[in-house]
Amino acid sequence: MSALAVESLYKVFGRGAKQAVADLKAGVPREDLSKKVTAAVIDHNFEIPSGEIFVVMGLSGSGKSTLIRMLNNLIEPTAGNIWIDGVDLGGLSPKALRELRRDKVSMVFQHFALLPHRTVVENVAFGLEIKGLSRTERLDKAREAVEMVGLGGQEDKLPVQLSGGMKQRVGLARALAADTEILLMDEAFSALDPLIRQDMQDQLLDLQRQLNKTIVFITHDLNEAMKIGDRIAICDGRIVQLGTAEDILLRPENDYVSEFTAEVDRSRVLTAEAVMEPFTGDAGGLETVTADVLVSELYEPVLSSEQPLLVVDERSDPLGVVTPKTIIKSLATEDGEGEPREESAPA
Amino acid sequence: MIQYLHDWFWTFVWKPLPEIPFGQWAESFIEWARLEWRSFFTGTSDFLEILHTGLTDGLLWLPSGLMVIIFAALAWLSKGWKLAALVGVGMFVAAWTPYWEETMETLAMVLVATLISTLLAIPLGILAAENRAASAAMRPILDFMQTLPAFVYLLPVVMLWGIGVTPGIFATIIFSMPPGVRLTELGIRQVDNEVIEAGQAFGASPSKILFGIKLPLALPTIVAGLNQVIMLALSMVVIAGMVGAGGLGGVIVTALGRVEIDAGVNAGLAVVVLAIFLDRVMRGLADRTPVARAARLAA
Repeated sequence: MSALAVESLYKVFGRGAKQAVADLKAGVPREDLSKKVTAAVIDHNFEIPSGEIFVVMGLSGSGKSTLIRMLNNLIEPTAGNIWIDGVDLGGLSPKALRELRRDKVSMVFQHFALLPHRTVVENVAFGLEIKGLSRTERLDKAREAVEMVGLGGQEDKLPVQLSGGMKQRVGLARALAADTEILLMDEAFSALDPLIRQDMQDQLLDLQRQLNKTIVFITHDLNEAMKIGDRIAICDGRIVQLGTAEDILLRPENDYVSEFTAEVDRSRVLTAEAVMEPFTGDAGGLETVTADVLVSELYEPVLSSEQPLLVVDERSDPLGVVTPKTIIKSLATEDGEGEPREESAPA
Repeated sequence: MIQYLHDWFWTFVWKPLPEIPFGQWAESFIEWARLEWRSFFTGTSDFLEILHTGLTDGLLWLPSGLMVIIFAALAWLSKGWKLAALVGVGMFVAAWTPYWEETMETLAMVLVATLISTLLAIPLGILAAENRAASAAMRPILDFMQTLPAFVYLLPVVMLWGIGVTPGIFATIIFSMPPGVRLTELGIRQVDNEVIEAGQAFGASPSKILFGIKLPLALPTIVAGLNQVIMLALSMVVIAGMVGAGGLGGVIVTALGRVEIDAGVNAGLAVVVLAIFLDRVMRGLADRTPVARAARLAA
């Protein structure tokens, strides 16, 4: 069973929202709706299996913040269904909804949303306090979570004494301490400096390897989306494209998507397998790389070798070759007119 | 031509109208209420008077010299030694005037009125912050309370409760409550929405969000509102003196009647000392709320 599923989900703000949903379902384009309504989320359908990092990516106004707030019912959908662990959110009483939020879903916020008068460890213990744990028990667990995000030693500081990156670690620790299966991250790293942001991304991936949560991550940065996402949904009201980073980079659905992908550092997304050329001839004596190595890690070996590199799968069977030329070709995104290239998909 | 219009309006509009009845209605309502709700009026009057005299007696129980030291110590606790020195000197001067007793009476009245104002203002402010309709309904009433000249509502109040401390406290409550309500509402509305969402997202109940997030974060603003309440309450002492509430207001009203500059200046000085004491101590307390303390660390 999927951890989280969404079916024909709509959110329209303003008077006459229900009518607007009916119009949208009948095929009226978003631009032709009444001026009194704003359609933020249109006909979203997806399932997120347990343990996946699902990234929702879009510009501001694309409805991504609205979407993530519907997943724990901070915002109520205008139409459609959301299931968490098979439970339909729509049918829940306020009390049942609070219990679900306590036990199943936690959230990390863009601007951290910490309580300024509480220390780091007290902030982290917030979710546990609401769950009704005793003071010593929740502070113990909170200290573990603080340690986990690398803030050991800062437990008794107040949020104002921390840098942005540290504050967001507190936000992350608060969500982890609640020990929920699902983690919602609303532009969690967007307010941070680029270098700190990369640190946080790496740390999130590290933590995910240990904890194996189901994560819904909102961002407007496609580089970030491609670095951390198992799958990415590109939103513009509707979901324009849903797929893996490689899918989106190599097979953009339309111009809206390819405009984003033009900005992406392809070498950090594409793998040897995605860029290699067909293998012909003799494999003897060639140096080998595995299929899942990123292009950015191929520069060094491909330059230091006179011969092409042989790309192999886990069983060391040859799949193809890469040369400096294939790598340069794989990084070129434009053919002079600014249009995305249609080929270069692996055979 | 204009004269002709004057005559026309007089003959055809104003003369045929009966005399304006609002005043008569109010008068007969008051007459009726005075008879029907007699026990309610004597009850509230007795309650306020007991509270006021009790507090006054408490403040006058110790000799004035000792009280000066106690006030200075309170100032020290709330802010620091500089304020303690200022309050100590000020209170010493107030005790030096012949009006120490009246000063304590006025302080007691301000405290009783503020206590009741606060007990009403904070729940109303919370209601206004949570509910837009309540907020919209309250706004004109609060404006009315602040702008209606005190004498206008003092007349019925004096008729209903009689001369004394009660109408004084009553007028003070009406005049001083609005900023308490307004700043409570403002403080709660200013709380960062994301922090409230965080409370909801972790499954906090509405009451936990109110008491665990909104009120602590709004507290510096709420205390600033209470400071205003106290200052406005103090500004009503003279009017309270006019309806027989005694205290420094009584002294000032009498001095005004007899043109006694000496008594007026002494009592006025004592009012100023009280104002400095209450204002600075409240500010000190506002700085001591956890949120304000945390904000200072950032600077």
